Amino acid sequence: MTTDHPATLDAHDKGPHDSGQPRPAPYGLAHHFEDLGQQHEAATLGMWAFLATEILFFGAVFLAYSVYRHAYPQPFAAASHHLYLWIGVTNTAVLLTSSFAMVLAVHAAKTGNRRQLVGFLVITILLGMAFLGIKGFEYYKDVQEHLFPGKIFNLHDWEAGFWPVDVKSAAGIEFLRHAELFLVFYYIMTAIHATHMVVGLAIMGILAVKAWRGRYTAEYNDPVDMAGLYWHFVDIVWIFLLPLLYMVRN
Amino acid sequence: MNMTMTGTPYTPAKMPESSYLTDGYSLRSWLLTKDHKRIGILYMVSLTVFFALGGIAAIIMRLELATPAGDLVRADTYNRLFTVHGIVMIFLFLVPSIPAVFGNFLLPLMIGARDLAFPRLNLLSWYLYMLGGIITVGVVVGGGVDTGWTFYTPFSSTYSNSNVVWTVAGIFVAGFSSILTGLNFIITTHKMRAPGMGWFRMPLFVWSMYATALIMLLATPVLAITLALVGVERIFGVGIFNPALGGDPILFQHLFWFYSHPAVYIMVLPAMGVMSELVTCFSRHRIFGYEFVAFSSLAIAVLGFLVWGHHMFVSGQSVYGGLMFSALSFLVAIPSAVKVFNWTATLYKGSISLQTPMLYAFGFIGLFTIGGLTGLFLASVAIDVHVTDTYFIVAHFHYIMVGGAVMAYMGAIHFWWPKLTGRMYPEWWGRFSALLIFAGFNLTFFPQFILGYLGMPRRYYSYAPEFQALNVMSSAGATILGLGYVLPLAYLLWSLKYGAIAGPNPFRAKGLEWTTASPPPTHNFAEIPIVTEEAYAYHDMDAETDGREVVAGEDRP
Repeated sequence: MTTDHPATLDAHDKGPHDSGQPRPAPYGLAHHFEDLGQQHEAATLGMWAFLATEILFFGAVFLAYSVYRHAYPQPFAAASHHLYLWIGVTNTAVLLTSSFAMVLAVHAAKTGNRRQLVGFLVITILLGMAFLGIKGFEYYKDVQEHLFPGKIFNLHDWEAGFWPVDVKSAAGIEFLRHAELFLVFYYIMTAIHATHMVVGLAIMGILAVKAWRGRYTAEYNDPVDMAGLYWHFVDIVWIFLLPLLYMVRN
Repeated sequence: MNMTMTGTPYTPAKMPESSYLTDGYSLRSWLLTKDHKRIGILYMVSLTVFFALGGIAAIIMRLELATPAGDLVRADTYNRLFTVHGIVMIFLFLVPSIPAVFGNFLLPLMIGARDLAFPRLNLLSWYLYMLGGIITVGVVVGGGVDTGWTFYTPFSSTYSNSNVVWTVAGIFVAGFSSILTGLNFIITTHKMRAPGMGWFRMPLFVWSMYATALIMLLATPVLAITLALVGVERIFGVGIFNPALGGDPILFQHLFWFYSHPAVYIMVLPAMGVMSELVTCFSRHRIFGYEFVAFSSLAIAVLGFLVWGHHMFVSGQSVYGGLMFSALSFLVAIPSAVKVFNWTATLYKGSISLQTPMLYAFGFIGLFTIGGLTGLFLASVAIDVHVTDTYFIVAHFHYIMVGGAVMAYMGAIHFWWPKLTGRMYPEWWGRFSALLIFAGFNLTFFPQFILGYLGMPRRYYSYAPEFQALNVMSSAGATILGLGYVLPLAYLLWSLKYGAIAGPNPFRAKGLEWTTASPPPTHNFAEIPIVTEEAYAYHDMDAETDGREVVAGEDRP
């Protein structure tokens, strides 16, 4: 249980309306809220509303993906077949574990256990970084195999049997074009997801430092709570990406 | 009752000793402020600049169109002019306009809160807006973009030789400003209302802000990702929307209009909220059918998501899809008409005074009705095919956007100017410009209905000689309209120093914002108010004072 509240909050948190009144504001309460309960409710609803916008943001790409997968099922399956399913599955495990660590971090925050809070945040960060590292390794392997849209893909002389069609025929050229479209979506979707991970890791890093300095108490820990919601959301997006990208191979 | 205000103060009102305006004079105190009122002012200043930029592009276009031959600018320049006019006016003026200025300033005041729920996000949203705006305007300086504001693929993603990537990047960034504003409004409305301020006691302006915020929140991310995909396609030469590479350009149109049709309601719903405030105050009458007006805002927000396909009747989408979109578009007319009828019914047995804000409100009712009814023409598949991409469309959406949204924005500026600044605008000049704008607007855009019906296509810099008379009328009207917009800029700036001191409630309006000083103190309310009555209780207010004009501030507890 931490008690070393910082003596000064930033200027915004000192409500001048309080100046004439003896009522001391609880720690962590911004001036424009009446109490911590209201502040917590506002933060929670705000985070969920933000996640709703995120669903729409990802939703448009998922829709576009679905339209093309419906239009070109065979090229999508063939291209998906060349992705590394085992890397995808490994990464899923890593990410789910990081979400579990995040749950424990939120729990530690709510029970006011500073040491555990910092520890679990660090574990979450390390697992998130591991995910990105593995993903980077996978991108590397993909590019090595010329599975990257644009010149790398189009100028490559594919060995016979890599694609289930004759890539020199007119139908084969058409087929490759649509397989390339799959790769476009593979990179866009995973890159947007990875961007969200990077943002999440930055936020978690700040939280860990602040937690270390004892800025969060059992009563005031909204930022940890909200970061948790965000992190789980990023996790859930990956749960959808795994089947859409890696498992449409048949 | 006796309401003959001419803008002169009827009370020896004094400016409050301290207010949000006196809370620091440095540039830093403005650029780092988290006060929703100051952020509203920041938006107002920046919006005015962007409005002027978009207006200048419009003026050059109207000059070009004064003669049938393309003689003032080159065709390519003309393409860039209408593109920048569209982009600036829609993304940098109309979408933020009333929400970002008056929503920011008034929403917390109206519901009895000290600020929006997330003041830092609110400031961030202004910075994102400015960043997006500067990028977009920078593109114009650097040569412009020629795709039209709709960025149709594959022209935008493959063939256009202008700077599409930076333009969509600017709009992408500005879009997040919109999302954050919407998010802030929703949470504030849910969680920050003063005791007693139940949902059905909120001013209807708050209801319309809430409905607007829902659209901002749920539609804008789709535009963002769609424009990002256009950028990716252009940078990497891949074929997301390019049919030559296996992509589907119609998919782009679906995604684009999934935002851009609801965006029309982002622009007009706030205007409708302003209308409810103006009509009640200047007819001294409670709103007719409060619940209907409130729920019609939500109905417009929801139905607005289901009609985007009416922009695509000639795109090659499914015929049955077109029929459904047509039917759903007719449905949107119902809540819109409910509002217009209810404002009109509010006037019945009211005590109407024709001050400047009310003139704008009357202008809105007339022009929005014309814009809305011609919208029904366009929702009919057969007529739409006839007038697709003609000036009929141009006239229709300007009646909604300028005749509706901008009229309400001007009405709002005049109505709340005393609250924003503590000073009155000059009433005579106000009325004169309102009439000038109304006349200039109709002269500009009514001929365009006829031009469009006769078959003059939009987005061309030259036209057949038989269209010249109507085009000259339109250009002449645009000149008057332009003057109508410059005048308020001049006299409002003048009033900052020389305007009569307003006092807390110069229009004797209801609403918590009028119980604070003008301009309000930094933290709005010393004590959070407790609300005990419905909105728009003008009848009770006038009964208490026997219809007399009262000393400002006396009519509150």
